Amino acid sequence: MTSSPAHGADDQAPLIAARDLHTWFELRQWGFLRVGAVRAVDGVEFALAPGEAVAFVGESGCGKSTLARTLLGLHRPTRGEVRFAGRSLGELQGRALKAYRAEVGYVQQDPYGALPPFLDVRRILAEPLIVHGVRDRAERERRIRAALEEVRLSPAEAFLNQFPHMLSGGQQQRVVIARALILAPRLLIADEPVSMLDASVRVEILELLRHIQRERGLTLAFITHDLSTVRHYAERIFVMYAGRVVESAPVDDLLDHPQHPYTQALLAAIADPDAANATRLREVPAGEPPSLLHPPAACRFHPRCPHFMAGLCDVEDPPDFSPRRDHRSACWLHR
Amino acid sequence: MTGGRWRQGWRELRRYPSALLGLAIIAALVALALATPIAIPYGEALAKWRGSEAWQRNPVNAAPLWLDRLTGGDAPHTLVVESASAPVEEHAFAGGRRLRIPLAFDYEAGGFPSELNLFLHAPGHAQPPFARLTWRTPDGRELGLGGYRIGARERIALSQDRALERRLDGLVPHIGLLAEPGSAAAPGAEPRVLPGRYTLRLDVLVFDEAAACDAELVLYGRVHGIAGTDHQRRDLALALMWGTPVALAFGLLAAVGTTVTTLVIAAVGVWYRGWVDATIQRLTEVNMILPILPILVMVGTLYSTSIWLMLGVVVVLGIFSAGIKMYRAMLLPIREAPYIEAARAYGASNARIVLRYLIPRILPVLIPTFVTLIPTFVFLEASLAVLGLGDPLLPTWGKVLNDAQSQSALYNGYYYWVISPAVLLMLTGLGFAMLGFALDRVFNPRLRSL
Ligand SMILES: Nc1ncnc2c1ncn2[C@@H]1O[C@H](COP(=O)(O)OP(=O)(O)OP(=O)(O)O)[C@@H](O)[C@H]1O
Ligand code: SF4
Ligand SMILES: [Mg+2]
Repeated sequence: MTSSPAHGADDQAPLIAARDLHTWFELRQWGFLRVGAVRAVDGVEFALAPGEAVAFVGESGCGKSTLARTLLGLHRPTRGEVRFAGRSLGELQGRALKAYRAEVGYVQQDPYGALPPFLDVRRILAEPLIVHGVRDRAERERRIRAALEEVRLSPAEAFLNQFPHMLSGGQQQRVVIARALILAPRLLIADEPVSMLDASVRVEILELLRHIQRERGLTLAFITHDLSTVRHYAERIFVMYAGRVVESAPVDDLLDHPQHPYTQALLAAIADPDAANATRLREVPAGEPPSLLHPPAACRFHPRCPHFMAGLCDVEDPPDFSPRRDHRSACWLHR
Repeated sequence: MTGGRWRQGWRELRRYPSALLGLAIIAALVALALATPIAIPYGEALAKWRGSEAWQRNPVNAAPLWLDRLTGGDAPHTLVVESASAPVEEHAFAGGRRLRIPLAFDYEAGGFPSELNLFLHAPGHAQPPFARLTWRTPDGRELGLGGYRIGARERIALSQDRALERRLDGLVPHIGLLAEPGSAAAPGAEPRVLPGRYTLRLDVLVFDEAAACDAELVLYGRVHGIAGTDHQRRDLALALMWGTPVALAFGLLAAVGTTVTTLVIAAVGVWYRGWVDATIQRLTEVNMILPILPILVMVGTLYSTSIWLMLGVVVVLGIFSAGIKMYRAMLLPIREAPYIEAARAYGASNARIVLRYLIPRILPVLIPTFVTLIPTFVFLEASLAVLGLGDPLLPTWGKVLNDAQSQSALYNGYYYWVISPAVLLMLTGLGFAMLGFALDRVFNPRLRSL
């Protein structure tokens, strides 16, 4: 019943943490008239411990990719900050910012567009090394081959001279993963790494990521809207709704004892045997997905919530409550 | 880096006969462009084209040989009779010598020569020698052509001897001297050639012991070389040959210059957006309504018509050309490509993203445009030259056309003077266009599959 400042592991120094993070996209008319803002990330707080694997879950358009890009430093937060290894990302400049880019690997949603079509695999993997000043050709070659072996594109020779369009989707995504790992990052952000792939290769890629994460002791933040597979690939889950984290908990606790009405609706949809395709969140739960341009006041979920309490939920933002151990949920029901 | 793709493109290109023909034409032009400076060095070409002694033995406005072949005629070639190979008789007298130089030749051509000149070369005399000329026809008539006092270098223009013309019944000497007697007497009758052995005898009095006298009789033909000659006896082959490297270099440099700058600027605008992009867009719009040809004419008239200055102006005006709009439209979606975002995430610099990731992506589409752009600049250079704004020194195709126009070549029936440079210009256009169109078909569907 106590509110806590952050959804996070407090026991050790976090590798990466978000504090009051907001990323809004200004909408302008005629290039200068400010007509509003898309609140893609709207007050997110969390902290990830080194070596931890977590999943961010939420329906399409809830701001997951924007959060990932903000963590990567590709969007400048409108408010709040990202801290990495104790330093605020906003303060990093030049050399330090470049060093940060080597510390964080990025696996994108769409492997088909994530590789430059006019470069071969060797060159694609060499690019980050060149950018980060690895001048020695032999050294680069060694690291490129090692990275390919690590993502099980073996033997490496067979792939070095291939162009992306000659590879299957799964192989392309492995190249993307190899590229994300080649600078030996401490954090890997994977944005729906399998959503565009054939169902047959999804599990392989997820297992590969999990394996590499364990081997290297990486911190893995992986974004998905598929709750059904999350249990095997993450230790903690953050459920996002309309730019906010509404619930977070260790994976088993969250899946077995969902606290937030939104999470409960999601899981009910998966459990429903009639909804054949309901493992995807796009169709659930019932009701309009929230507008990020004019989000509902206070609790963002209140227009769709079965437990809506008029005069409270639509007036006051619910703080994070801790209804169970290590379990946080932003809902007035736990007050 | 992308060897595989280029090789594949080549394999596909070979399937288009038009591409191969275009390539063959371009290869021939390039070979000509490379061979020309070796055959006729730059300095020599410029000096010759400016006009020099070297052309003296060329006829004026002679048609090319191939034209004569085509029309099946046996138009006379230029005939040079030299005293060096003539049996010279010498008789000494007190204070000098008398030389008798018979310049004999057989004339069998179907037509009359276009001009008749006698060159006399008598160096090192204190007192100028004196020469008396006698013309002897195959049928034994002898005609005195008068006496001349000879300088060190003398050109006796027999064709322009008005007095002689009157004596030849009003026929110009280069016709009258070789005509069958009486063949033009009847009104409207054309004079006919009297074939056979002619002799121009020179009786020269030299008043110096050491000195000599060389003579050269030139019966100018009506055809010359593979390209003919112009009004200044210059061999057009020189201009047509030298025009090739000049045209290709101009076209290629202008195309590279404008394409590269335009592409980089378009990519910079697309990448940085905001005021950078807006500025580039406005400059482009202003530039699009600036008429390029009048500006070039202005620069040429007021400043200099040097081809390199023109190239510079073309490239500068081409920087913000309409191409920017096209490139921008092609680059905008690529800007949002995930691989660009990935590059940002691993720390690639802005310059690297623009030059290595944005531009290479649209290069395949640009190659056909680039290839078809080359001849447009070749034509631009030719147009300027036709307008009288050709390079002041270099012989170019356009300048040949300009000369032809100023000498009313078509009115005078010198079609070859216009046809040869025009054909070369058209071949250039055709070669690059055929290759460009085939490249377009090869490269552009590929882009969709990327
Ligand atoms: N660069 C941008 N400019 C303006 N709006 C943006 C931008 N990027 C994202 N948005 C908006 O922000 C909202 C969140 O987008 P985001 O891509 O973060 O969602 P997501 O959770 O990743 O969705 P999905 O599951 O479909 O990938 C969307 O409404 C989107 O239109
Ligand atoms: S705060 Fe109110 S509206 Fe929001 S989820 Fe909880 S009960 Fe529903
Ligand atoms: Mg997304």
